[in-house]
This record gives sequence, C-alpha cells and structure tokens, in this order.
Amino acid sequence: MDCKTLLEKILKLAKNRQAKRRDIWRKIKGDIILVLCLTGIIITLASLAAILFDALQEGLPWLDIQFLTSFASRRPEQAGIFVAFFGSIWVVALTAFISFPLGVGAALYLEEYAPQNHLTSFIRLNISNLAGVPSIVYGILGLALFVDALSFGRSVLSGALTLSLLILPVIIIVSQEAIRSVPRADREGAYALGATRWQVTRDIVVPQAFPGMLTGAILALSRAIGEAAPMIAIAALVYIPFTPSGPLDRFTVLPIQIFNWVNQPQSEFRGLAAAGILVLLAVLLSINSLAIFIRNRYQKRGR
Amino acid sequence: MNKEKIEIKSLNIWFGKKHVITDVNMKIKPNAVTAVMGPSGCGKTTLIKAINRLNELIKISRTTGKIFIDKENVYGKEIDIFELRRQVGMVFQKPNPFPKSIYENVAFGPKLHKVANGKELDEIVEKSLKGAALWDEVKDRINDDAFSLSGGQQQRLCIARALAVEPNIILMDEPCSALDPAATAEIETLIRELRQRYTVIVVTHNLQQAARISDFTAFMYVGKLVEYGDTKSLFEKPENELVEQYITGKFG
Repeated sequence: MDCKTLLEKILKLAKNRQAKRRDIWRKIKGDIILVLCLTGIIITLASLAAILFDALQEGLPWLDIQFLTSFASRRPEQAGIFVAFFGSIWVVALTAFISFPLGVGAALYLEEYAPQNHLTSFIRLNISNLAGVPSIVYGILGLALFVDALSFGRSVLSGALTLSLLILPVIIIVSQEAIRSVPRADREGAYALGATRWQVTRDIVVPQAFPGMLTGAILALSRAIGEAAPMIAIAALVYIPFTPSGPLDRFTVLPIQIFNWVNQPQSEFRGLAAAGILVLLAVLLSINSLAIFIRNRYQKRGR
Repeated sequence: MNKEKIEIKSLNIWFGKKHVITDVNMKIKPNAVTAVMGPSGCGKTTLIKAINRLNELIKISRTTGKIFIDKENVYGKEIDIFELRRQVGMVFQKPNPFPKSIYENVAFGPKLHKVANGKELDEIVEKSLKGAALWDEVKDRINDDAFSLSGGQQQRLCIARALAVEPNIILMDEPCSALDPAATAEIETLIRELRQRYTVIVVTHNLQQAARISDFTAFMYVGKLVEYGDTKSLFEKPENELVEQYITGKFG
C-alpha cells in the first residue's frame, strides 16, 4: 500500500465520521420536533378530556328525560333544558337558511364575476377582517339594528340575523376556497364548448365546490350554536316559559341557559349547567359528524 | 382547393406588457390538418386560442387584428362569442373531462345549447363517441365516471365532447403531450380521420408528429410566424435558417 492510497483512505474515514455526526444531529433535530408536536397534541386532548370528564361527572346525574323535557325553573330538581334546546334549533335553522345562500352568493360573485380591481381586493381584505371581529360586537350591532331600528324585537329572527352576520365572513371565505379549488382546465373546457359565464358557474363550478361550501357552512353553524355573548345581547337573560312557534317569538338558547345556571348561587345549578353543556356538546358533535359525512360522501373523486 | 377556411390578418396579442403574438398573417385550408410548431413559449397556444377567443379568459390579454372564419370576422362587433366557440371546438393539452359520467361529458355541449334531449341526445352522444373512436370501448359503461377511463381514452372523450356540438373547426393544443406512445398513436390516427370532416389545427412541439399527421405546417418563433407551407416541402427544404436548425435538432 503506497502513501497515496493510505492518505485517501484516511480522508475517506474522516469524511465518513463527519457525515455520521451530521446524521446524528439531524436525527436529534427530528426527534425534538416530534416531541414538540406530541406535546401539542397531548395538551389539546388532555384539556378536552378534562372538560368532558368534569362535565360528565357533574352533569350525568342530572341528565334524564325530565331534564330534557322540562322548562326552566327556580327549583333545580324541576328545571330542564327543553325551551333552550328548541330555541337553539330554531335559531340555527333560520341562521343556516339566511347565511348559506348569502355567503355562497357573495363568494361566487367575488370569485367568478367581480373584476380584479382595488375595490374588490379591498372588499376581500375586509371580509377577512370581519371574520376576526369579536362576537359581542355583532351582538351589540344586532341589538341596535334588528331589535331596535328594524323593530324585530328580541325575537328568533333578530337572533338568527345577528348570527348570520357573525358567520357570513367564514362562509364566504370557505366558499371562496372551495370555488378556487375547481380546476381551471374544467372551466376552460366548458367555455370552449360555448358555455356562458352563468352556465360555467352553474354546471361546473357550483357542483364541484358544493361539498366544500356545505362543510364550511356547517362548521360555521356549529360555531354559531355555541355563541353566548351576542345571544345574551339579543335575547337577554330572562325566563321564557314557551318554545318559539314563529320567527318573531321570543326565545332563549342553550348557551344562555347554561350561563344563567352557572350564575345561580345554589350548587345544584352547577350540575344543571354541566348537564346543559353535555346537551350542547352532543348537538355540536352531531353537527360536526354531519359535516364529515357530507364531505366524505361527495369527495370521492380525485385526480 | 384555393379557398381558405380561416384567414388571420395582422394579429397581435399582448399579455400585459408582453407582446406574445407579433403581426401574424396566415391562411388555413379547410379539411386539412395544419400543424403549428415551434419551441416552448413561442405563442403557439395563444395563436390557436385567438381563433375561438379563449384568450379573453385571461383578463390582462389584449388582441388586435382580424381573424376571418368563412369570411366573417371573429373579432367583429356583431359576433356571438358563444356561437363562435360552438363552431370552433377545442381539445386541451391535458385531458380535462368534467367530473361527470362518460355520457354526461359528451352530452354537456348539446345540453348547453339546448339542441337535443332524450333519444335525440342519445344519438348525438353515440355519434360523437364513434367519431372519436371511443364508442366500442365504452358503450357498455356509458354511465361510468369519466375518470375511470385511461389517459388516452380520456383525451378521446374530450374530442368526442368537442364533436358533440358539431363544430367545423377543431383546435388541438398538444393533444398527445400527456399520453403514452400507444395512446398517442391512437389520437394521431384519429386526427387523420377527422381531417375528412373538419378543419383541424394541431399545436405540437414534436417534429415527427407534425410530419406524420399534418398537411400544412406553420413554424413559430418568439411570437412570429417564421415559415408556413405544406408539410412535405417545409421538412425537406425549409427556406428559413431557423426552421432548418430546429428540424435538424440544432436547437429546440
């Protein structure tokens, strides 16, 4: 073995060691990230589990048919969630009815029709800003606009309109995303066949974007159903002894009822509040599963 | 055959400030395959999209000049752009069937223009699929999803979709570039057949393909029409030096 090959061997060995050290450091970095991510998940899941456990422990003893079918009452053993539950269903149904067509329409206009100029980008920017406005601000706006100025009173309609304003930005943004995900090639193909803008929108864009729009709208609604602050501004903390029979009736919703119980001095009401939280969680979970179901059902086609 | 189907007169196209097509003049013969050739980015696609005015989907595009189809100016004021696009079918680079059934893909155009329904529509679908040499392969699964077809079949489906509105001109933008050799051969045979009934314009940067399928060849370079003539003589003795270099593989 001459000197040259020996030198080459040594150099190679040194290089290998260097490479190995780099590899170890890379592995350590990877492990650190993994641990950080795991911690994030564990903290999230643990706090969720804690809330659930607490609510179950306190609420389960109170959760029975009597609780589900009774009106609110000053006596804890007679109190129930019936009025608030139906109030929530009423408000959310009406909110969906108002906000979905409006939101989808606005998104379609912005994506398919609006010219690309400063005004539209200003509008776009402000829709994102609106999505970040605290919900109580919408509550106060609703109180001034719908309850007083338009004199709809403290009605289901006022509540639904307020919640619609609250979730409209989210629905618009999600729908815009869904519309943007429709491939350009599909639109071009339809235009090349002589389709008008409306025909392309109706036959190509909407059918493909619809599942995305619907999932987004349902998730936005599940946020709306849990809102307490704007609803307290609209409906006020009062005793309602009946379920609404029309959009102009007075109402109360689950979060208000829960808030009300939490504020009572007797400790029994804390159990009632926990039971109310369980009902609210059940409603939320069913709405979210509906969204997932719809998404899976329609998103079978990929390319 | 002295009359021309399409006449392009001093066509200029800009995308924003970029001058993409510079002063193109061209006469295109009916019932023939005209290939538009040239290196990437030379404006081939833009040129054919000017014929069905599809460039207008790009908001920053600007077009001057005239294109006559059967003596009528496509950029004239009285032209109905949707009727124009019905007469000028287009097939794209990547097969782009709609996420619908095979039947619905072909029926899409006729339904848009409300020309037929029921049994009549079934006949149009069958005729178009036969015209695109796809009928025998799909007749038993006409209601299957279009994405269940292979790439070559999808491209022929797109051709059938274009045929269904009875165009008389068919534009093809590198129709084989996303396909394997077998599927390419199928499409090329089909293009030769289509020539009998339609005026076909094919964009390609594949030299052999242009030589195989076309009657006339136009060569473009940075937005200009450099040479245009019948395919045989253009390939055998090109007049322009650039074309010769391209054909002999010196650049491209």
